[in-house]
This record gives sequence, C-alpha cells and structure tokens, in this order.
Amino acid sequence: MGMNATQLIKMANQIGAFFASQPDPLQARDDFAQHLKRQWDPQMRTALYAHLDASGGEGLSAFVLEAMRARRDQVEPVARPA
Amino acid sequence: MALFRELDYGTPARTGAPVTVEIDGQAISVPAGTSLMRAAQEAGIAVPKLCASDSLEPFGSCRLCVVEIEGRRGFPASCTTPVEAGMKVHTQSPKLAELRRGTMELYISDHPLDCLTCSANGNCELQDMAGVVGLREVRYDPVKTHLAEAKDESNPYFTFDPAKCIVCNRCVRACEEVQGTFALTITGRGFDSQVSAGQNETFLDSECVSCGACVNACPTATLMEKSVIEKGQAERSVTTTCAYCGVGCSFKAEIKGNEVVRMVPNKDGHANHGHACVKGRFAWGYATHPDRIAAPMIRESIHEPWRTVSWDEAIAYTAKRFKDIQAQYGRDSVGGLTSSRCTNEEAYLVQKLVRAAFGNNNVDTCARVCHSPTGYGLKVTLGESAGTQDFDSVLAADVVLVIGANPTDGHPVFGSQLKRRLREGAKLIVADPRGIDLVRGPHVKADHHLQLRPGSNVALLNSLAHVIVSEGLVDEAFVAERCEIEAFEQWRAFVADPRHSPEAMEELTGVPAASVRAAARLYATGGNAAIYYGLGVTEHSQGSSTVMAIANLAMATGNIGRPGVGVNPLRGQNNVQGSCDMGSFPHELPGYRHVSDPLARAQFEQAWGVTLLDEPGLRIPNMLAAAHAGTFKGMYIQGEDPAQSDPDTQHVTDALKAMECVVVQDLFLNETAKYAHVFLPGASFLEKNGTFTNAERRISPVRKVMPALAGKEDWEVTVALSNALGYPMNYSHPSQIMDEIASLTPTFTGVSYAKLERLGSIQWPCNDAAPEGTPIMHEDAFVRGKGRFMITEYIATEERTSRKRPLILTTGRILSQYNVGAQTRRTANGAWHAEDRLEIHPVDAEDRGINDGDWVSINSRAGETAMRATITERVQPGIVYTTFHHPESGANVITTDNSDWATNCPEYKVTAVQISKVATPSQWQEEFQAFTHEQLDLLPQIKVVQL
Repeated sequence: MGMNATQLIKMANQIGAFFASQPDPLQARDDFAQHLKRQWDPQMRTALYAHLDASGGEGLSAFVLEAMRARRDQVEPVARPA
Repeated sequence: MALFRELDYGTPARTGAPVTVEIDGQAISVPAGTSLMRAAQEAGIAVPKLCASDSLEPFGSCRLCVVEIEGRRGFPASCTTPVEAGMKVHTQSPKLAELRRGTMELYISDHPLDCLTCSANGNCELQDMAGVVGLREVRYDPVKTHLAEAKDESNPYFTFDPAKCIVCNRCVRACEEVQGTFALTITGRGFDSQVSAGQNETFLDSECVSCGACVNACPTATLMEKSVIEKGQAERSVTTTCAYCGVGCSFKAEIKGNEVVRMVPNKDGHANHGHACVKGRFAWGYATHPDRIAAPMIRESIHEPWRTVSWDEAIAYTAKRFKDIQAQYGRDSVGGLTSSRCTNEEAYLVQKLVRAAFGNNNVDTCARVCHSPTGYGLKVTLGESAGTQDFDSVLAADVVLVIGANPTDGHPVFGSQLKRRLREGAKLIVADPRGIDLVRGPHVKADHHLQLRPGSNVALLNSLAHVIVSEGLVDEAFVAERCEIEAFEQWRAFVADPRHSPEAMEELTGVPAASVRAAARLYATGGNAAIYYGLGVTEHSQGSSTVMAIANLAMATGNIGRPGVGVNPLRGQNNVQGSCDMGSFPHELPGYRHVSDPLARAQFEQAWGVTLLDEPGLRIPNMLAAAHAGTFKGMYIQGEDPAQSDPDTQHVTDALKAMECVVVQDLFLNETAKYAHVFLPGASFLEKNGTFTNAERRISPVRKVMPALAGKEDWEVTVALSNALGYPMNYSHPSQIMDEIASLTPTFTGVSYAKLERLGSIQWPCNDAAPEGTPIMHEDAFVRGKGRFMITEYIATEERTSRKRPLILTTGRILSQYNVGAQTRRTANGAWHAEDRLEIHPVDAEDRGINDGDWVSINSRAGETAMRATITERVQPGIVYTTFHHPESGANVITTDNSDWATNCPEYKVTAVQISKVATPSQWQEEFQAFTHEQLDLLPQIKVVQL
C-alpha cells in the first residue's frame, strides 16, 4: 500500500472524532464505516486493517477501533484482480 | 467604450408600474421612474447624449439630450427627467438642434482635432455626436485650453489623456457606482475641473484597482487601453468567458486577425453585467507570452534535456509509458488530475480516460485543495454539492455574513456587487482573522468584524448558533416544514449547551462575546440574510464541519430558498464547480453519483462500453503518498500545478520524482512540469471551445478566439491519448462531449450548445423540471428532501503553536495575482504585486527586530523559506499572513500535511511558524533556484509560433 500507517491512522482518527461526536453511537459507527467505504480507496482500507491486525490498532482511537472491528465486513475491501 | 456597441438606453431600467407617454408622436409605455431618454430609446428614438449610459445613474451634465415637453418651459435633460403619464415629448426641433450644436461647439473648442490619428477614431461618442448634431464649424478661438496637458501613462494597461477629456463624469461615476472604489473625482471648478485619481496622484499610485470600468465608460479616447493605442481597433468580436476566478465574467474578445486587441466585459453577461477586474479585463497577455511552449516534448528522466517531438510521437510515447507501468505495477499504479482551469468538457474527458482507459478511479481535481469540503458539507446537509443562489441574489440581501472570504480581492466583480448592496444599506458581518478591505474602507464598513483566531471557525459558528437557539431566534415554521425534525432537535440541544455560548467560546475564538451575540441577532432577525464564504472556511482540518455549520445556520433561520439569502461558496478558480460536477473526484461519477451506485454505474458502463470499478480511487494526497511508497508510478496532469499549489512542497516534489511517468499538459513549464517526462502543450481559454461553470452553477460558453498555439485544443489531446491507450474516443467538437454529459447527468439533461447560444448561459439544474435552468435552489424543498442539521463539534487542529513556533501563518490571495501566478505573473500585473510578502503585526515585528521590507525566514515543521516583511495591523498579533503567487516564495514549503477530516482538503490556513530576520534565502530556495536553472537549460530553444 502506498501510504504509511501513521498518515492513515491520523486520517482515521480525524474522521472518527467527527462521527464520535454524533448523538447516536450506533449510527455514528455505521456512518464512520460508510465514510471509509465511500471515500477511501480500497488500498487504504486494506492497509489500515493490516495495521489493525499487525499491531492491535496502535494509535487508533477507541471509537475508530470499535467501529473498524464492528463494521469490518462492510469496510474491508474484497480482493480484486490487479 | 466597446467597439461593437450594445444598444445603450442611456439610463438604467426601472421596475415601477407602467406609465404611457408620447414621444415624437409615438405612444410608449414604460415603468414609472424611467427616464425620457430611455423611454425614447425603447421606442426606437435615439436622443443625442454624452454623459449618459445605461450602466450609470443619470447625471445630466452634458446637456446634449435636451428635449421639449409640451406645456412645460425650457429644455429639460431627457436623462434626468422621469416619464409622467400623458407627457408629450419632442426630441427634435430647430431649437433643440441649435442648442445641441452650440453645446458640441463648446466641447470641441477645447478638444484636439486629431480624429484621424486618434486611437478612438471611428469608435468615439464625441465624434459620433458631432456628426449627429451636424457640427460644421467651431467659431471660438479660446485663449486657454487643456490641449497641452500631459498624459498619465502610469497604469500598465491604459492611459489617461486629459487633453481629450470632456469632464462628462462617466469615469468618476463608473468608479463609484459600478466598481465601488471611489478612486476618481472631479477636482477644481469651472475651467479647472478635471478628472483626478486619488489625491491628485497618478492612476498607478492611487487606490485605483484597474478594473477598467472607467475605460469602458469613457466616451472619448481620454481613457484608452494601451493595446488599442498600439494595435488599432479590432475587426471582430467573440463572446467568451473569463478564465480567472469563480465569478466567470462574460467578455467580448475584440480581435484583429488572430490577435486579441482587448477584452471588453459583456454588458449582457449574466454574472458580471458589464463589469470586470484587472485580471479578466487586462491580464490576458500570457496567452501569447514567449514562455508558452508550442510543441510536445518528451524525456526519459527529469535530468535529461527535453526533446521536441511530433504530437503523434508524444501521444504514442505517453500511452506506451502508461501501459508499461500498468503492466508492471498493476492497474492502480497510474492516475489523472483534472483542472478547475480547464473546461467542463476537458474535465469530463480526463475522468473518462482514467475510468475507461486506465480502468481505475484514480482521478482527482484541484478542487480537492480548495472547495472539496463544500461539496461534501452541502451534499450532506442540503442534498447538492453547490451554492444555493445566483450572484444577483445579493442585491436582495439585507444582511450579509462574509466568512473566510475576501471578495474584493478574490472575486472582485462580485465584491463590487456586494459593495453596491452595502451602499444601499444592507448590513455586513465579516468573520475573518485579517482586516480585509470590506471591514473598513472609505465607503464600506462592516457592522461587525468577528476577528477570530485561525482554526476556530466551527467554535465561532456554534456560538452564533447558540445565540440563535437560546434567544428564540429560530425560524420554527421553516424548520418544521423543511427540515428533519429529529436531527434539528438534536442540533438544537447540542448548540444550546452552555459550553457553546459566546462567553464560553471567547477564549478560544478571540472574539468578544458581545460581538458574537450582536452578529447572531443581526443575522437571524435582520431580514434576508446571506452567507458568502471562501477558502478561509474550507482549508482547515474542520473544513467540512464548517460548511455544515454554515448550512445549519441558514436552515435554522429560514435563510434558504429565495432571493437574498442562501449559502454561497465563492469558488476560487473559474471552473471549480464544473470540474467537480464532471466527476473529477475519485468516488463520484459526473453529477455527484457515487461509484458504488449500481444504477449510475450501469448507465455509464452502457454508454462507455466498459466495466467500471465500484470502489473509490485515490485522491491527490493519496496518490502522492502512494508514489512515495513506490506503488503509484504515473500521472496525467492537465492544467494543474501541484508542485506549487499543494501543501508541503517537498513532499509533493519527492513524490513526483518517485514516479516513472509524469505527464503535464499546460501552457508553460510550470513547477510540476520541471519534474515531468512528457510535456503536452495546452491551449489557453482563447484557443478553444467549451464551457465553464461558475460559483453560481452558471454554465457559460468558452469560444475559440484564435487558433491553438500548438495545434490542438486540450480535449483533442485527451482524445488522442485515450485512443492510443486503446480506449476509443471519437468527438469532433466539444458540443458532442456536452451532449454526452447531458445524456448521462440528470442535472444537465437540458443543457446543449444550442441552448447556451440562445440563452447566453444556463444555471444547472437544467432539465425537464427547469428547462432554462435554476437560479435559486431548494425553493420548495431541499434536493435531499428534508434539510439535515449536523452536529458540528469543535475539534481543535493538531497544528499548535509552541515556544519554538509561536505564530500562526495563514495564506490567501491578492487582487492582481491569480492562484499560482502562472498566468498573471506573465502579465503587467506585477506592477501591483511583484513578490509575495509576509504580513506581520507591528508588535510581533518589533519583538523580532524586523523592519518593513526586511527579509525574514518563515520556519514551520514542514520547511523553511524567506520573503520580505510588510508590517501591518491588518493581521492580529500572533498571526502572520502571506500569498502564494510566486513559486520562489515557497509559501507551500511551509504548509503542512494536515487536512480536512472528510475530504483531505489541505489545512493551508493554519501553520505554526517562527519568524526571524535573515540575510540570505532558505536552503530550499537555493535548491529551488538551482533546480529551476537546470530545468530551463534543459528546454529546447523553441520559438513561440507567431499568431
């Protein structure tokens, strides 16, 4: 993946901070997941999950960690041919 | 005065109840308040005139338009006499003829008789009127005249020749009424009366902003374009659209052969109504500047000399390089960048090439780095990624909130329209860290200047909302009818929290609570309230949140859906709106339809004959990051210059160096092209057909004025490249591209070149529901159905000041220069802004021993550069400011990789820096100079084709 984890973590936490401030926690989690799904290139999502798996999500906020884990089936891309 | 004159009615149109008068035996009904002069012209009767113009209020000084009215004594001026029911008016009689001849005789007695050598010969109202009134002799032999007075040639674009001035006041009135600068006046009395700029200064030294309104208004050669003096009068005129800011002014390009003689603002232009600014009016010479590159060039590496090649070889070479890269590194290893400076048709084709020929969604546009948060924030709240109004809407506004925008510099023609409304009594709130011109000028003063700290927009807007909610100023009926109630109630509770009160926020924003409360009350209760915003809103880590907070305010107060209100993003470049509309973002197809939408995708797949990916591609910063990491290897960049315009310059240039094939299509060897392997010469806006879409969603035609310097219009280059890549494109004219856009984009279904020809311009949505376009959106319902309030929690940027870097740098632009300056730096606009300077408050300067004009170093965590300091109280203590128009200034060497949470729009507006006095350039600047010299030496000696 063409982006270092530090930058992805920072971006994910920023997005998480916005959605974490929304009133409905479950909806916020869905909206966070949808944001990543709709705005991020699959390579970036794959890399972020690789970071999650490799380090347990070091550097990611609690909200992001929870949302990524809870909505992994929606956010993590399906592998496609290169 | 325009060579190809529109009919001038002499005085402006009025809107009163119909009144019928009889003029020269003809009955004519006109609105009450209409002048006799205008009524006569509407009946087809031209009354002689010199001081009257329908772009100016009547003045009644030249006395040429005198008429007779039955039952009344004397000879009233028809321009200042309004119609009254039953009036019987005569515009011709022996007495009137005698009076007019007498008046003309007096004028001509103090006017040079050099018509044959005058630059206005054949295009002079004084000459015309002399003919109309039948002047045959001048009996006077004056002992004193103005004929020997010296010309003022200080302005780079026009001259002022007092010898030819008839003191008709048109220039003075144009400066006041049209431009709103009040730089001109008539000094002296009687014979000594003369037009004076500033305090009897030259035009260049005065506060004149060189908009050209005075030149346009002048009926003689007194104020004349130097280009006309040099080249003579034009032979033909082509109506086209300016390629500078998001106002999108319509111009008549006056041409001789294939050479532009001058650009005259189009009186029928729907965005500008005959006005212009120093850029569009005068700064078009870059199109034939010797720096233009007129032939394709290729090279294997960036340290090799460029090799000039044919178009066929360049296209074949480029296609092979991209194909090889994709074969080696995968389909996603390449991408493209569209430009907000290119036409809709060109942007559409580049994204089509990326999606259909490259087979991925790695396409982005420079709107990423300016208004991407607008698209996101307005889509979420209102349902459409666009501003809600037309520009004329401001003329119905009672309260205007300008936040993070500097219209008199960035969008000058709209700025003039706004100032006109303010002079009529509208109230103004400015939220800006700097004291922009609108805050306090000779004739405009903001009622409230909320001088917030950079980065605290959301906190300020939440505190404004707090006042509106807690003081019962919500338009409950509007909200109940038009908005999602549950989301509104959640938002109401959120902003009502005392932590959002102006008092609680004051420490954060730096804005006195009382000012915030007063501004909120004014916005909510002052009548029609409109918000105008710019990059001071979007280019923050909370850019999208700020846009949503603005939409929240407008919805809560019912200020949406009618003239005079709304949410109005002032787009930076001419086609920011259009490039976004055309599917230039990696997650959206044209018309803002997400790539995951199966119906939209199916429509494009059928039309394009390819399978499209359903996942978003890489944005610009993602592409650059991927290049750093070695997975992104090739980029097709049309009309953009990320090496200068994007933040953290060293990061950008390192990414470009890491790629194997950078293709730049541009007019000049811009900063990015110095890192390119293929240079494809672009066509200026004068050299191609297409359309631009301005900030008010107005699609306007761009018409070819001269042949493309390098033989191809930009869309033709993209077509050739796509064909070489193996994906066939087959268009013979941009109108066919627009037809395809219309067939695939619901908001464009009614758009065609034929309709643009008929209507002049069209504001989208234009479809069966609105066949002639939509000036104001969300009138009866929001595009998304119900408006959605969003919770906008203030989250501080990670960019913090420290003892090491205690100041905040914010960036912006100036009137005379445009964006990266590639165009305006190659014109005489340098007379006003030859270099970028750092604005610093006197206290901060004194602390550092800095004097005005000293060279200072600006150091951030991203890099260091140096420029000269200007000491000014425009900026607050603790804040410094600069522009980014000159590459050697390196303003973006300092800006960081911080960006908006939703869109990655860079946080240009907040960078922690330290300033210190220096004697030498920064290391980056020395390296920049050396690299630039190397790259210029690698250029072949190409002569610009003489048009």
